[in-house]
Parts: sequence; C-alpha cells; structure tokens
Amino acid sequence: MKLTKETLRKIDDVIPRYPDKRSAVLMVIHLIQDELGSISDETCEWIAEKLDLQPINVKELITFYPMLRETPWGKTHVRVCRTLPCALRGSYATCQKLEKKLGVKEGHVREDGEYSIEFMECLADCGEGPVVMVGEETFENIDEKKAEKLADQMLKGKLEKSAEFVSYEQGLLSDSPKKAKKSSSKAKK
Amino acid sequence: MTAKNSPKERRIILKHADDPNYSNRLGCYLREGGYEMLSKALKMKPEEIGAEVLKSGVRGRGGAGFPAGMKWKFLDRKSGKPIYLICNADESEPGTFKDRQIMYKDPHQLIEGMMIAAYAIQAKQAFIYIRAEFFEGARILERAIAEAKEKGFCGEKILGSDYSCDLVVHRGAGAYICGEETGLIESLEGKRPNPRIKPPFFPAVLGLYQCPTIVNNVETLCNVKHILEMGGDEFAKIGKPNNTGTRIWCVSGQVKKPGYYEFECGALTLGEMIFDVCGGLLPGRSLKAVIPGGSSAKILRADERFVGKHKDGTDFDWGIEDVPLDFDGPMAAGSMSGSGGIIVMDDTVDIVEAMANINAFYAHESCGQCTPCREGCLWMKKITTRMCDGDAREEDPEMLLSIANQIEGRTICAFGEAAAWPTQSFVTKFRDEFVKKAKHSKRSKNSLQLI
Repeated sequence: MKLTKETLRKIDDVIPRYPDKRSAVLMVIHLIQDELGSISDETCEWIAEKLDLQPINVKELITFYPMLRETPWGKTHVRVCRTLPCALRGSYATCQKLEKKLGVKEGHVREDGEYSIEFMECLADCGEGPVVMVGEETFENIDEKKAEKLADQMLKGKLEKSAEFVSYEQGLLSDSPKKAKKSSSKAKK
Repeated sequence: MTAKNSPKERRIILKHADDPNYSNRLGCYLREGGYEMLSKALKMKPEEIGAEVLKSGVRGRGGAGFPAGMKWKFLDRKSGKPIYLICNADESEPGTFKDRQIMYKDPHQLIEGMMIAAYAIQAKQAFIYIRAEFFEGARILERAIAEAKEKGFCGEKILGSDYSCDLVVHRGAGAYICGEETGLIESLEGKRPNPRIKPPFFPAVLGLYQCPTIVNNVETLCNVKHILEMGGDEFAKIGKPNNTGTRIWCVSGQVKKPGYYEFECGALTLGEMIFDVCGGLLPGRSLKAVIPGGSSAKILRADERFVGKHKDGTDFDWGIEDVPLDFDGPMAAGSMSGSGGIIVMDDTVDIVEAMANINAFYAHESCGQCTPCREGCLWMKKITTRMCDGDAREEDPEMLLSIANQIEGRTICAFGEAAAWPTQSFVTKFRDEFVKKAKHSKRSKNSLQLI
C-alpha cells in the first residue's frame, strides 16, 4: 500500500487530537479511503499497526459503516436519497433515470469504472428533495426531468460550470453570484 | 411571508443564516457581536452558567426533549475523571435538516455555544460528531475552529483565562445509530457503534472512555449562547412554559413550500404550518397524514380527533390542524415532536408503500446488537415490501403489529421503539389500507413509487 506524503502527514496530524489512539481510527480510514477509494485487508493491517490495534478492529468497522468500502466506487460516485421525504418528491424515478442515463444500476460500478450510483438512506436535506450528491456536492430538487439534464451535464463533463445546477455547497460561497440567486429565492418564501 | 395572518417566524438561531451579506467566516460572526458571550461566560463561575441554562428550561433539540440544564446536573463531578462534551451533529433522523443549516451557514455560533457549554461543565475536551455525508460541513467546521483558535476563542487558555479546551471535528461514516448518544460514544472510541445499556452507562456518569460526558444536539448548544445573552429567565419567556425558546421545524414531503422555519415554541399549529407557512398542499390534493417529528414519530391521520387532558387538568379536543407545534403538543396527540421533522403526506400516497419505505430504512440501520430489533426490522421490511410487490396477505397487518410489539421495550437502545412506533401507528390507524392491499395490491396510477 502506497500513500502520498500529504495523506501520511494528515494521518499523523489527526491521531494526537484524541486522548486515545483508537478514537482516530475512523478519521484515519476516511483519509486513506479518500486517496485509495477503498480499504483492503492489507490497509486494515497497516492502520491496525499504526494505532496499536488488531486488524479485526479495523475490518469490523469497514464491514459495519455504510460509507466505508472494501471495493471502490466509480470515478464519479452519485448518491441518491431513497428515504421517505425524498421518495415523496419522486426520488425513485430520479434514481431510475440516473441509472438509465449513466448506464449502471444502483449499488454497482459501471464496467469502465467511470460511474457508480448508490440509492442511499437520508442525506439530511429533506426540504429540497429529491436530493442527489455527485461526489461531495449536493444537488437539490432533482426530479426525474432534472435528473436527465443533470446526467447529460455530467456525461459532457460540464456539471462543474453549469449555471443550471448549483450545488448547496456552491451556493454558500460568498463570492458566488449563485449565492445571491439562492438567497433571493429563499427570501421570496 | 405568505398569507396576511400567518404566524411570523422568529429567528434566533438562524438569524443570519440566509442573509446574503453574511458568510460562515469569522469576520461576519464578529461583526454581529460574536464571541462576546464567551468572553462574558469566562468571567462567570461555571455553575452560574449551568444555573441559567436550568432556569431557561431549554429542552434538548435532538429528539428526546430532555431539559438540557438537568442533563448537565447529572454529571458526575466527584469521580475526579476528566469531563467531555460532545456535540451530536449526526443529524440522521429522516425528515430533519436543521443542524445542516447551522453548521454550513453559521458555524461560529455552534463553536461559541460549545465553548460556553464546555466551560460551564468544565470539560477537558470537546468533540463535534458530524455525519460523513456532510463533507463540506466538516471542512467548514475545521476551518472555523482554526479561525477561532487563532483568535483565542478555543484551545489553550481561552481569551487569556485559565481555561483550556480543545475542539475536535470527528466524522462518522453513514450509520443512523451513531445519532444515539451511547452509540455515538462507542463510535468516537473507534468501535462499532453498538449502543450501551443504561443503567449503568448513562453518559453523564460513564460516557466517553468511561468518563462523565455530556452529549447535546447542535441546536441545543447554540441555544446556550442565547440563554447567556438574555438570561435564563428572559429566555424562559420565549415560547410557552415547559416549551421554551424557538424551534427550527423542518417541513418535507408534499407541501408547496417545504423548508426550515424557526418559530417560538407553540407559536403556531400544525395546520398553520402546513397551510399558511408552507403554502398548503399541491393543487387538487387533500391531506392524508403527517409524521410530526422525524420518521420515528407515530403518524397522525388527517381525520383523527385527539382528545385528552393536559397536565394542568384542562381538556383538549383537537383535529390534526389544531396540534400546537411545541414539545408537548404532538406528545399530547400521541406522537412526538422529536427532532422537528414534519413529513406531510397527501391523498395520493399509498400508505403501505410509505410504511415499506420507512421499514427499509430501519432494517438497513439496525446495528444488529439486539435480536428483536435486528430480526424484527428485517421482517417488517420484507413483509411490507412483499405486500407492495403484489403478494399481500390478509393476515399481514396482524403479523406486522405482532412483530412491532415484540421489538418495543426489548432492546438496549431506543432504536427498537423508533422502528416499532411507525409500524404500530401506520397499521393501527390505516388498517383498512393494509387489509385492502391483499385484494388490490397494485399502486394506483397517481401514487408515487415509494419502495
């Protein structure tokens, strides 16, 4: 297993934050998974040694937590919220549309490794459902129709600069003209 | 706002959240008087702050509604062990999205509230346990803490006083059970988040690393700052007795304008929230049911009457629209206000499908420690999903009730109740639809797919 110096530095930075080394395990897993995409048995052993644990103490977390992975997701991972508030706004249709457009079933990675979709439990943005996360960005009110456009933009590699799709995170940036747009629409409420 | 007479929001916690000229950076927070209360707190005795919080009557905003001041009082101070403060930012109850707004848009408010609380309980270290889906949220908090540390608002010798307390952001990994405070503690210790049994593991006595620990919700900790600003007595005048302060209600589902709205406790009814504040239902629809406090809360049927006696002996006789939005109102109606997540369902909803959706959630999220919950949740999911797949049987409603009743009260943590209450209330209140499913299993054309 090879990690960049940056990741190794971050790992060494995070461990002493806790009174007990073992507490750092989730954060260390996150840091490594961010770089490698998943946590192999070999990685479990490496983490265990780093934190004075047994490999099973790491493995049992990987197999428990929904967001920890033994195999990586696709290059672009799409999370669609499945839970009731989003479902009441049509998230099943959203997910099916994305599956069709991106050519991969939820819970799977496309053969070429480009895309994966996960029909996930509550993403805690229920007022703006259906909610879709592309990578680490949250897109709101993605009904079936919008899902089609969102997928088109992703496939063309244009989502990042899209004026139509402004993520929740982008909308918060103070220098973003999108923030003003977002705030005024809130004010109208 | 909307209609002329609709109740007005009173934003205390979210005062600046959606101001276009306000950002989540320290400069903005300081401009609005930020960290002045921390400075005031450090000049007080810790127990004086605790007394103000107790006087304020503020109840926990995470779900259980337990008075925060009382929780702090339970702290074991005699053991001499270090004390820890944990902010529960797991925000995992379906239907709830209020803490997200605070952390993404006004993180310094949370940090100030936490540092005041940490000083009040004399915590050695404080943690924010944030759900992993909030990628940017964790980064915003990390950056805000770094900003605060640089100015001496947290970390070593806060604002030149003798009090030091480090604040650490800890990310979860997508498990609902980490919202349960003892599960959260196990997770923070680096283990599987299997909740602990109470007694003896009350966090205030045997919490993180078996040390006295206070776990409070994001919104609760923000309130601490405002309690100090107003004083406990003044704060207690907001809202109603036993239901003090404001609450951020999260409305989702089939209304015209879902969203988060902050109101004084008891300032409006469920009907006013749905029909005035949220602009009513979608065109041509009528109300079928409301889940008033996150998916774990018992469902309220639109045509039910809620009749009973208040604690003070007065009678009440409510329709669903009359239920007051505070802590005690939904409780009196046989449900709970929980974490403030109001899920609205109109007449197009196939109630069995909605049940199947919720059951799939609990089956996915059960930690698996207690057999009744692990097996029961899966059974409830399988039965309701089968019912929606065209194979419903006449005996299913009874079977579902029987399973739910065998989960409730037989588990280590409250997840058992959280999973049983929806099934118990859905089946009891909508028995006709569950029975009908055996004859007409197909979803009607205008119903959305929910499972």
